[in-house]
Amino acid sequence: MIPISWYLTLSAVLFAIGVVGVVVRRNVIVILMAIELMLNGVNLTFVALARQLGSVDGQVVVFFVMAVAAAEAAVGLAIVIAFFRNRESVNADDLALLRW
Amino acid sequence: MATLAFLVLAALLVGSALAVVLHPNPVKSAMALVVTLFLLAVVFVLLEAHMIAALQIIVYAGAIMVLFLFVIMLLNLGDEEQRARPRRRVVVHGVAWAAGALLAVVLVRLVAGAPLGRPAPAPEGYGSAALVARSLFTDYVLPFELAGLLLLVAVIGPVVLAKRGR
Amino acid sequence: MIASSILWLIPALPLAGFLLAIATGNRALVRVAAPALVGASFVVALVAVATLAGAEAGSRLVDPVYTWIEVGGFRADVTFRLDALAAVMVLIVTGVGFLIHVYSVGYMAHDAGLPRFFAYLNLFMFAMLLLVLADNLLLLFVGWEGVGLCSYLLIGFWYEDDANAAAGKKAFVVNRIGDVGFVLGLLLLAWSTAGAAGMSLDFAHVEAHAAGLGAGTAAAIGLLLLVGAAGKSAQIPLYVWLPDAMAGPTPVSALIHAATMVTAGIYMIARLHVVFEAGPAALAVVAVVGVATALFAATIALVQHDIKKVLAYSTVSQLGFMMLALGVGAFATAIFHVMTHAFFKALLFLGAGSVIHGMSGEQDVRRMGGLRARMPVTFWTFLVGTLAIAGAPGLAGFFSKDEILWHTWAAGHPVFWLVAVVTATLTAFYMFRLLFLTFFGAPRAAPEVAAHVHESPATMTVPLVLLAVLSIAGGWVGLPEGWLWGPAIGRFLAPSTGHPHLAHHGAVGEGTLMLVATLLAAAGAALAWLFYVRRPELPGELAGRFRALHALLAGKYWVDELYDALVVRPYVRLSDALWRFVDQGLIDGAVNGTAAFVVVNGQLWRLVQTGNVQHYALVFVGGAAAVLLYYLAR
Repeated sequence: MIPISWYLTLSAVLFAIGVVGVVVRRNVIVILMAIELMLNGVNLTFVALARQLGSVDGQVVVFFVMAVAAAEAAVGLAIVIAFFRNRESVNADDLALLRW
Repeated sequence: MATLAFLVLAALLVGSALAVVLHPNPVKSAMALVVTLFLLAVVFVLLEAHMIAALQIIVYAGAIMVLFLFVIMLLNLGDEEQRARPRRRVVVHGVAWAAGALLAVVLVRLVAGAPLGRPAPAPEGYGSAALVARSLFTDYVLPFELAGLLLLVAVIGPVVLAKRGR
Repeated sequence: MIASSILWLIPALPLAGFLLAIATGNRALVRVAAPALVGASFVVALVAVATLAGAEAGSRLVDPVYTWIEVGGFRADVTFRLDALAAVMVLIVTGVGFLIHVYSVGYMAHDAGLPRFFAYLNLFMFAMLLLVLADNLLLLFVGWEGVGLCSYLLIGFWYEDDANAAAGKKAFVVNRIGDVGFVLGLLLLAWSTAGAAGMSLDFAHVEAHAAGLGAGTAAAIGLLLLVGAAGKSAQIPLYVWLPDAMAGPTPVSALIHAATMVTAGIYMIARLHVVFEAGPAALAVVAVVGVATALFAATIALVQHDIKKVLAYSTVSQLGFMMLALGVGAFATAIFHVMTHAFFKALLFLGAGSVIHGMSGEQDVRRMGGLRARMPVTFWTFLVGTLAIAGAPGLAGFFSKDEILWHTWAAGHPVFWLVAVVTATLTAFYMFRLLFLTFFGAPRAAPEVAAHVHESPATMTVPLVLLAVLSIAGGWVGLPEGWLWGPAIGRFLAPSTGHPHLAHHGAVGEGTLMLVATLLAAAGAALAWLFYVRRPELPGELAGRFRALHALLAGKYWVDELYDALVVRPYVRLSDALWRFVDQGLIDGAVNGTAAFVVVNGQLWRLVQTGNVQHYALVFVGGAAAVLLYYLAR
């Protein structure tokens, strides 16, 4: 029996890697993918704890997270396309329009 | 035995996640993410969340990642261009990795350090579609409906956003 | 103490006149109503005084109107009192005031600002009556400040000319300096006479407790009050505003700067004589200041050629006489001289106004002359005034001035007496000089002015005649001891002002001194005759031979210039420095600096808004990690 804490550790690591990806990468789409990675880390946490508690509620939450992630990916990518049309670039440096 | 399998699985997972974050080519990044998602589905199975594992593959890897790949191909993106000077990049990477490491350490200490004890006995049919569905359509029916509304927005929104200008 | 319910009318009627004038501004209405209301006030005053005179000696009428301040152990009400001293003052103020109001109707007939003039004049009457009828020092001070304000308003009446406005400001500022001393004196008095019944500035309270004051404290109070009186009554060193105040219309000069406001200081000291008697050192200073001012001003008047300036310095000099009387303890005599001086000085000023009016605005006596024939009424009344001020036997000034000289000698101050007598001689000289230069000799006016010379209308000449009558008969209420009914006014005033101390009745009697003074005055007049009628070239020759002395006198001892250099300029420089360093530097600096700080701060912090989402995410992560770390550490 693998202790639940190992799963939780794994999910923390995945989450942290996702965070680094958000901060470091310049391509906006890759940033979105890193965000998906973070969400998946959270999903893993929910599933692990659902198993720990023996309750299905955690899995229901994961269900919703997936739905929301899908919606968010769709809308986010649509924005990226619209932006690409104007600027011919998906580099995050070109996205810093709301600066001082 | 199970432990070894888990450790291998975990190593692969971390490796592919790092690939997502570090590989300069966005297509390769996307493929690494697909691998990660598949591996996560395996982990879900280990945790007896069978339905969720299936959904992970169908929805996440099968739909969302396909969408990502569509867009990457559509925009015909090449390798990511680095505009900052090397020294600045080192600084940024250093800070980011440090912050990430700090976060990871803190989370691990917080979460994994909590005394959890043995897992509770799983009820009959735990992880099956029937049990999840039962909970979904009774206790969580309101969020379910709202999620439906959200998906409606997610359909209409991108259509409007990505349309060619008039 | 007799309760009265009409005293409040005396100041209220002129106040109503003021309100009417500023509310309507109607020329026809104001020029009838303003004098009429003052006249009504005079009638009410007569009734009140008659009531008082019918009562036993030492009684007083009291009219409580309004509880004004009541805080802690201190109380001050708006209450009017009429005792002997106030009675004399109130009759002078309302009576002479009424005549001057009537005169002004004619004098200001062609002036566009007539309603404003009468508004201010009535407001002045209100404030002055408040001053003399007040039952406590705080209310007196309100009136004190009020007359100062009206003086400023009226001196600068023709404000379109900057010089007039400047003169008004000077009067106000110099008065203010005096008022600082006055207020300090009041505070010290209130504090040191505070008793079991709390602190009070009521005259009754002060009179009761003043005798118990230590000589040092009483003298300190007296000196401080003297500073205030010096400002209001134009004594050294605060007299400089009075000659400049001649910039105002002549009726103003007559009423405010001759008959009433300037006597406020004298009145105040007489009223508080108990305090001064408790501190003889202060009284000595009063006498010195008075006699020095009298001589000083008289010397300046010798060489002035503006008709009003001569009268202004004459007023300063006569006020010095009154101060001298106060200083030697003859408080009632000082008030007697206030009364006679009001009559003849108002007469002289109004006469001068008549001359100026007839000469189309000319005020320089070097360009007058020979007006005797063309302005007879003015001439004869002016002659009466001149005789009165010079001390011609039988006229008003004779008796009051003689009494001052007698009390000065009898109280043991022969030096003061000598200086006073010399001053009286000079007074006779310069007043007759003024008379002769104005009315005698060949006309020296410019032709177009000379063509228009005319006697003034009845509304101006009738008050002149009435004042002339008073200048003749007014002195008969104060005859020397043993002559007919003796010093009736002195006896009347005694309950309020005490009895003068006559240290010794030496070998020299009052009659002898009277004779000496009269002879000297006659000599002065004769000398003026010689200089300005018989041998008019003499003054010029003398001025040429004693050029330095003449320049010193004509330049008024350069006092204004001295004050300017010693006080005004440094003060302006100090104000300028404060403006630059404190106001602009510190205060504006602090305010602007705060704004600048905020701006700089904002400009620094806006750099955080890089627009780069990843920066924000990084900060977010760092923050989250820190919070979690905190919970971890707990």
